[in-house]
Amino acid sequence: MKKMKINKKTKDNIITYGIVLVAYIVMELLINTGHISSLMQGLLVPLCVYVILAVSLNLTVGILGELSLGHAGFMCVGAFTGAFFSKCTQNAIPADLLRFILAIIIGAIAAGIVGFLIGMPVLRLRGDYLAIVTLAFGEIIKNIINVLYVGKDSDGFHFSLKDSLSLGLKEDGEVIINGAQGITGTPKDSTFTIGIILIVLTLIIVLNLIHSRDGRAIMSIRDNLIAAESIGINITKYKLMAFSVSAALAGMAGVLYAHNLNSLMATPKNFGYNMSIMILVFVVLGGIGNIRGSIISAVILTLLPELLRGLSNYRMLIYSVILIVMMLFNWSPKLINLREKYSFKRLFKKTREVQ
Amino acid sequence: MAALLEVKNLGISFGGLRAVDDFEISIKKGQLYGLIGPNGAGKTTIFNLLTGVYKPSEGVIMLDGENITGLKTIEINKAGIARTFQNIRLFKDLSVIDNVKAGLHNHYKYTTLEGVLRLPSYFKTEKAMTQRAMELLKVFELDQEAEYLAANLPYGKQRKLEIARALATEPKLLLLDEPAAGMNPNETMELMETIRFVRDNFDMTILLIEHDMKLVSGICEELTVLNFGRILAQGETAGVLNDPQVITAYLGE
Repeated sequence: MKKMKINKKTKDNIITYGIVLVAYIVMELLINTGHISSLMQGLLVPLCVYVILAVSLNLTVGILGELSLGHAGFMCVGAFTGAFFSKCTQNAIPADLLRFILAIIIGAIAAGIVGFLIGMPVLRLRGDYLAIVTLAFGEIIKNIINVLYVGKDSDGFHFSLKDSLSLGLKEDGEVIINGAQGITGTPKDSTFTIGIILIVLTLIIVLNLIHSRDGRAIMSIRDNLIAAESIGINITKYKLMAFSVSAALAGMAGVLYAHNLNSLMATPKNFGYNMSIMILVFVVLGGIGNIRGSIISAVILTLLPELLRGLSNYRMLIYSVILIVMMLFNWSPKLINLREKYSFKRLFKKTREVQ
Repeated sequence: MAALLEVKNLGISFGGLRAVDDFEISIKKGQLYGLIGPNGAGKTTIFNLLTGVYKPSEGVIMLDGENITGLKTIEINKAGIARTFQNIRLFKDLSVIDNVKAGLHNHYKYTTLEGVLRLPSYFKTEKAMTQRAMELLKVFELDQEAEYLAANLPYGKQRKLEIARALATEPKLLLLDEPAAGMNPNETMELMETIRFVRDNFDMTILLIEHDMKLVSGICEELTVLNFGRILAQGETAGVLNDPQVITAYLGE
């Protein structure tokens, strides 16, 4: 019995890692043999970004059991910190890969710290209230970055929240973050391979965290706060841990996102609440608490609008219909029964019994 | 012998309602103590006061010579009080064994980093935790169901699992809030044996709230009867149950 369980968990994890690796190998083969259009190739890095975001949000929503609508805000922090770092050290660190790795680490840490700071007051709230407050914080982060001006000259860094002129830069100075125009000229370091490596890294962190002492504590808080307290689990500590790790991983996705673009701007489209809700849709559709489901639904829902491009104006209409149908297929009790009746496992078993 | 739990002058008010007034209790180590009373007498409130869910308006709670009045629930658990709940509060979406392992949280440690990086100490500690959890589950005959989700256990076994989880925190004093609620007579008899077994084999001191008089008179050595937040009678079980005051207030004759 004991052995079976360890096997089952490990087996589950291996399948998840396996899906990612197989998808990577297949895509690489298709790219190398020229079967993938350049449009699709351009979609590969964003795909990785969304997968990481979905998995990391699942840590907050599914494992910690708290609804957060500010995930895009943490991604935004990571994106700008990472891009800022890359821009500043472009000449100092000539090795692209090393600089990118450092940018990822710094972006993740910055987002993690912001997650920790926001989490401290916010995680006292529960349910809808928490959702609304995180939504507000996500918007605040985006709007602050929209009015943030940072420049660099021989004296060092200059900050302003007004405009680029009030930075008072010298002749040799350079504006790095230019308010609503954001950061331009970030090195384009993101590749599909790095994206996949980051997905695997995210999976290792999230899955290993869940199946450890800390993960049990986090899930016990989700299942029953009062009981968790009564057996001596530190609620604040574990809530903050899950929330900050989730934010840090979103920051990592942000860095990947930023280094895939020439100019990085904080618009409602990429870092607004629309994005947060889209990530939440990935999580809910894939199954709350189901990490593998998040990966699959993020991939499908990102590819879907592109695949439906031919339908032009009806694209979003079809997209929403498909979303509803998928939701029903996944969660309606009758359909679940039907699926179980005709599942591969069941059919396989039956044939074996007949033999 | 000094008392393990010594409560003096404990009281709490909710607005104008005096829920518990001038409550006193003294429980010796290894004792099986019963707390009874009609519905709404304030029994569960006393449990909540003892475990720090409510802060007492006045009074002192001493556990093993240590003043634990006003401490947080977590600190009180670390000091050595564990409890079960009247309405079962299990971690429903965790497996049975993980429920117990969560109870072992503060006794088997490795850092988050060791857990995420799967360092040797992770495997070593997890193995020890599984072993200890299985030992506890065996006591309650739950070892066959170790991999089930806690929510899928039958009612009686959920109650047992709650006790196992509380014991996993290695308390000095175990508080059981209506352990036999909803059980049939056979299950209650079985539970009585289990409670006795726990007391003898874990060197446990147990304070329990119960309505089932058979269970109370069968295993409790001393009783406190509560009515309207005040102590009605206190002392050895047989004496208390024959007290005419108790019979009128509680047994209703």
